[in-house]
Amino acid sequence: MENTVKHGEITGRFRRSVFWRHFRKNKLGLVGAGIVLVLAGIALLAPLLSPYDPTELDAQRILSPPSRAHCFGTDRLGRDVLSRIIWGSRISLLVGFIAVGIATSIGVLVGSLAGYYGRWVDSLIMRFVDLMLCFPTFFLILAVIAFLEPSIWNIMVVIGATGWMGVARLVRAEFLSLKEREFVLSARALGASDLRIILRHILPNALAPVLVSATLGVAGAILTESALSFLGIGIQPPTPSWGNILTGGKDNLEIAWWLSFFPGLAILVTVLGYNLLGEGIRDALDPRLRQE
Amino acid sequence: MLRHILKRILLSLPLLIGITFVSFLVIHLAPGEPTSLQTDLNPRVSAASKAQLRHLYGLDEPLPVQYVKWAWRSFRLDFGQSFAPDGRKVTEKIAERIPITIFLSLLEMLVIVLIAIPIGILSATRQYSLFDKATTVFVFVGFAMPTFWLALLCMNLFGVHLGWLPISGLQSMNYAQLSIGGEILDRARHLIMPVLVGALGGLAGFSRYMRSNMLEVIRQDYIRTARAKGLPERTVIYKHALRNALLPVVTILGLSVPSLIGGGVIFETIFAIPGMGQLFYGSVMSRDYPVIMGILVIGAALTLSGNLLADISYGLVDPRIRVAKER
Repeated sequence: MENTVKHGEITGRFRRSVFWRHFRKNKLGLVGAGIVLVLAGIALLAPLLSPYDPTELDAQRILSPPSRAHCFGTDRLGRDVLSRIIWGSRISLLVGFIAVGIATSIGVLVGSLAGYYGRWVDSLIMRFVDLMLCFPTFFLILAVIAFLEPSIWNIMVVIGATGWMGVARLVRAEFLSLKEREFVLSARALGASDLRIILRHILPNALAPVLVSATLGVAGAILTESALSFLGIGIQPPTPSWGNILTGGKDNLEIAWWLSFFPGLAILVTVLGYNLLGEGIRDALDPRLRQE
Repeated sequence: MLRHILKRILLSLPLLIGITFVSFLVIHLAPGEPTSLQTDLNPRVSAASKAQLRHLYGLDEPLPVQYVKWAWRSFRLDFGQSFAPDGRKVTEKIAERIPITIFLSLLEMLVIVLIAIPIGILSATRQYSLFDKATTVFVFVGFAMPTFWLALLCMNLFGVHLGWLPISGLQSMNYAQLSIGGEILDRARHLIMPVLVGALGGLAGFSRYMRSNMLEVIRQDYIRTARAKGLPERTVIYKHALRNALLPVVTILGLSVPSLIGGGVIFETIFAIPGMGQLFYGSVMSRDYPVIMGILVIGAALTLSGNLLADISYGLVDPRIRVAKER
């Protein structure tokens, strides 16, 4: 028993070092990782970094253009846009991570069941996945959100609940190929239970593509949240979110370009960061792509 | 081939029923009712008239009964009447909007295909060149672009500051007085921004896809053979390689239907285009059940037919698939 644990540790460390060696060479992936880290830092340190209270009104400075005091300008209530964007990063990241957490959990659960048990379980689940994929996702999200209170939790749940199908397909495919391998057969011959085989033997080997899709998923969830908030059915003011700052930008399009320019740029850079990181991880994990 | 097509159509029928079931369930299990919007804020509405209103809309019946009634009607393409004050038929409301959305989506697809294919070919044949690197950057930015933001920026620049293009609607106020040529020009000017901005996401994805397709094809043996027998590079690329690299294009086009339709909600709202997306947004805001249901079902049915069309036409253009499936 001791031996196997040690062996596992060594292969784990070995795999990590191989991964890192390949990831390090990918400049775009490193840029993505940098963006992601910086953003996490900004979100964590928001109270220290933001020059003003994001909800503080200033009747003297309504819609003032970028200046030394307010380098991203102020909105129609005189609130500092930079501070709102800094605090908005917390909302975006929170929604991104939790929505993807929900989607990934559902997808892994459903995909493992379908892939491991096969037969009617598989057909039933996969037909349901096909069904869910028929809905234009944004329609579905919009319909559900509009009937719920537009709270941050509801948004996370709905984005998560409509985004698990891709993960489920990925995990199922991995399970289909892994469950016939020798190490799984030997575990079964030794009398391991289904649950143990799924959790300890197959799942750890199926997680690499899930990690990639989760990273890309964070980007997608952030985009969706900002679109919803932009349409006025996402995060509600006064809570700052990049999407609802943009709504103000749309309403004052002719007079206040800074209101729409900066929050959109924040979304673009964030989504770009997660996409680059995701692609970088994919390239580093996939030996076929390394040769190119 | 005919059997294959028939089989695919039959297989998608249960999916269609499932679609109606899921959309019905989602909307009716969510809290909040259309009547509450009309009654909650009005203190003079009595409980009796509330119940009357619920009865009028059939909301007092058990869910399965409501579903069966609704499903039976919708098979005859009757989605009931809108809860909106105008009380018009849902089918009518959707019918006058759907051509606009479909027309816009088709234009977007056209733009995507016309631009993405050359980009894909050029960056594959010149892999790692400056052009390839520039398009890679473009692709990543295109993927990450919040398109509603880009729409705002373009409206601001081309509409407000430069005044080159109109920023909303499909036609100008003086449309009726224009000559035919003027009408076409007016329409085109209104369409440029929504179509180009709307196509960006698909453009990025599609040119990336085209590039990797092409890269895969030009590494194959038959291309090496073509080069070895001395064919000029142009013939090798555009005659031998391109044909095979283009095959999956139809599939991708079919599969891009849901994202084009879904994206319509945002564009049509921003650019004030009276399409299905704008109608959907409005109905969602006023909890107009019948219209939401109708659009959700029609949107999903369009997606389904997109998939079906992709599947069938892939079989038509690629004999290998056809043979494999008939066996």
